[in-house]
Amino acid sequence: MKFVDEFRNAQLGQVLAGEILAELEPGRQYKVMEVCGGHTHSIYKYGIDDLLPANVELVHGPGCPVCVIPMGRVDDGIAVARHEGVIFTCFGDMLRVPGSEYTLLDAKAQGADVRMVYSPLDALRIARENPDREVVFFAIGFETTAPSTALTLKRARAEGICNFSCVCNHVTIVPPLRALLESPDLRLDGFIGPGHVCTVVGARPFEFIPADYGRPVVISGFEPLDVLQSILMILRQLSQGRCEVENQYTRVVPYEGNLRALEVMAEVFELRPHFEWRGLGFISQSALKLSEAYREFDAEERFSVPGVRVADPKACQCGEVLKGVIKPWECKVFGTACTPEHAIGTCMVSPEGACAAYYNYGRLTRAQEAV
Amino acid sequence: MSGREERVLQIIETARSKRPRFRDQQVTLAHGAGGKASQTLIEGLFVPAFDESHAGALSALGDAGAITVDGARLALSTDSFVVKPLRFPGGSIGELAVNGTVNDLAVSGARPVALSVSLILEEGLDADVLRAEVEAIAAAARAAGVEIIAGDTKVVERGAADQMYVCTTGIGAIDPRAAVAPDAIAVGDQVLVSGPIGEHGTAIMLARGEFELDAAIESDTRPLWPAVDALLDAAGEELHCMRDATRGGVASVLNELARSSAVSIAVHEADVPVSPIVAAAAELLGIDPMYVANEGRLVAFVSPQAAEDALRALKAVPGCERAAVIGDVRREPPGMVVVETSFGGRRVMDQLVGDPLPRIC
Repeated sequence: MKFVDEFRNAQLGQVLAGEILAELEPGRQYKVMEVCGGHTHSIYKYGIDDLLPANVELVHGPGCPVCVIPMGRVDDGIAVARHEGVIFTCFGDMLRVPGSEYTLLDAKAQGADVRMVYSPLDALRIARENPDREVVFFAIGFETTAPSTALTLKRARAEGICNFSCVCNHVTIVPPLRALLESPDLRLDGFIGPGHVCTVVGARPFEFIPADYGRPVVISGFEPLDVLQSILMILRQLSQGRCEVENQYTRVVPYEGNLRALEVMAEVFELRPHFEWRGLGFISQSALKLSEAYREFDAEERFSVPGVRVADPKACQCGEVLKGVIKPWECKVFGTACTPEHAIGTCMVSPEGACAAYYNYGRLTRAQEAV
Repeated sequence: MSGREERVLQIIETARSKRPRFRDQQVTLAHGAGGKASQTLIEGLFVPAFDESHAGALSALGDAGAITVDGARLALSTDSFVVKPLRFPGGSIGELAVNGTVNDLAVSGARPVALSVSLILEEGLDADVLRAEVEAIAAAARAAGVEIIAGDTKVVERGAADQMYVCTTGIGAIDPRAAVAPDAIAVGDQVLVSGPIGEHGTAIMLARGEFELDAAIESDTRPLWPAVDALLDAAGEELHCMRDATRGGVASVLNELARSSAVSIAVHEADVPVSPIVAAAAELLGIDPMYVANEGRLVAFVSPQAAEDALRALKAVPGCERAAVIGDVRREPPGMVVVETSFGGRRVMDQLVGDPLPRIC
C-alpha cells in the first residue's frame, strides 16, 4: 500500500535501531511510556520491542480508551441496553469489557439488542431506520473520537432525530498523565505522545510535561518506523540534556491541533467534575459529558441507570504497573485472580495491556533468554 | 529471572495445560467463533460426554473422524451452514455446504464419496431462493465428485430461523497413501498454505454491507481434494498433517496444532500470501487476515526433505498457484505460534477468545 509500506521498511528499521543503540549511556536503564493504545498495538504487531536494546523498556500507558472504562459504567451501559425497545450500539472492542457481573456480549446473549458499529454515524443511521425504537450510542474514546460523537449529535439535532441518545464516556488524555507524573514513585524517562489525540488537540497541551516535570515528549505516528524514530528522538533529547515537546508526526499533526474539531467539542461537551478510571481511581476534570445545550440527547438523563460505583478490587495494582513501579508479575492477583479470561484491572482487560501481554507472551521472553 | 517470576509463570503454565471446563451460564456467539470459547465448549462439555475414555476418534478432534468398517477405512464429517447473506461474491450457502464437508474429509486424507443434505427452512422463504441453492448444492457436488444419497427437510415458523440453514454429512474413503495426524507433526516440518488467505471471510464481511466498503473480493470456496491428491502423490508419508483453515483462519489452525502436538510453530509474515485487496480491507477494519475464515485453503505440514516437491505439486493445482511455505515447526516454546514480522521483530499469534472484534484505535 502506497504511503504505508514506506513506513514499514525493515532495513530502515535496522538503521534506526543502530542509531538508538549509539545514543545510550552504558549501564543506564531507560523507561519510555507510550501513552496511546494505538502505539502499544503497533509495538506488539510489528515486534518493535525486539529491535530495541535490552536496557530500553517500553511501558504501556493509560491511553487505551476501552480498558479505562470502569465496571460501574459498563453496568450502566448494560442497564440501558436492557430497557424495552432499546437498540444499544457501541464499538466492537467495548463488547468484551467486563462489568461487575456481565459484559455487553453477555447482555446480548441474554436478549438485549446490542449492535456493533464502526462510527457514531452508523448508530444515527440505525436510529433513522428504526423510528419506533430508542437507539443509544455508548460513546468512548479520547479526544480522537470525541469530535465524531459531537458531529453526530449536531446532525441528529439538525435532522430532528429524537429517538437517538448517547451515553458519554469520552475522556481526556492530559489529566491521567498529570496524575501519573504527580506520583512520587514514577520511574519514566520520557513519553511517546499520542499522535491521534494530537491531530485534534495539537502538541501544545503536552508542554507541561517538560516544563513542570522535566520529561521529554515526542508526538509520534503509528507505523513502526514512526515509533522507532520517536524513541530515538526521546533518547537524543536525554543524551543532549534537552527536554521539550517534539513532533515526529508532522505529516498529520499541526502544532495547534484542529481548531474546528475543538470548537464542535466545546459546543457539545462540557467537563465532568470528576470521572473514575479503571485501575487509576477518580481523576478530576478528566472526562466529558454532554453540555446543557445537548442534554436532551443524554442517555443517562433519558434512562434510569444504576450509576453505582463498583470499586476495583483492592488487590489490583494496575496503577503501579502503569507507573512502571512494578512489573505485571509482581502484582498480587496477577495470573491467579486476574487472568485474560477473568480480568480485574485495566492492564489485563485489553489484549495489549501490559499484564495481558505478559500473561500471554511472558513464556516467549523466557524461551528467548534461555537461548 | 527471579524465583518469584518463575513461580508466577509456572502457575500460568499449569492453568493453561488443564483441560478446559465449561462453566459459562449461557451460550454466547463466542462459543461458535472457533477460538478459546469454542474449545472450552468442545473439550469441556462434548468430548467428556461422548467419549468418556478419551480413546475414541472424537478425542483426536480432527476435521473428520476415522472408523474402520469390515476392513474398509472410512472418514466421517458433519457441518452446519448458517451463513448470512445466503449469496455472496464467489459463492452461496449451498456451494459452501458441499465444499465445507468434502474439505474436512479431504484434509483428513479421505477421498470424499457421498453426502447427506439436511435443510432447515424458514416459513415464507422465497421458492426461487430455495431452487437456486438446491441447484448450487447439485453443481458443487458434481464438481467435487460426490453423490448425494440421503436428505431431510424441516420447516420452522417465521422468525425461528434466518431464511435457510444447511447441514451436510459426508463419508470418505481414507486414501492408502495418507498417514496424516497431528501426532505426526515433527520439529523441522515446513508449513504450507494452498494460496492467498482471508478471502472468504472478507468477502462475507463486505457483502453484509455493514462497512460501506466496496471491493472486488470473492470467496475462495472450492473443493480441496485435488490439492490433497497432489500433495499425497508428491509427499506420501512425508505429508504429516493437514487442516482446512475455515472459521478462525490459519491462526486458529496453527494454534490448535501447536497446542495438541506440543511444538512451536514459527510463521514468516512476509511469506504469507495475502491479496492486496484483502490486506487493504483488513488494515481498514483493524483485523488480521490470519484470523479470517477461508473456505478452500488448506494448511499442510510436510517434512523438510519433501517440502519442495510438495509445494511444486500444489502450485500445479488450479486455484493453488500462489501456494507458499509460510513457516516451520520448532521445539521451543511449545504450544505457541510465533510470528517473525516483516519488520524484523516477533510476536505471539494467540488463539482468539471469540469473534475477531475490530479495534477502535
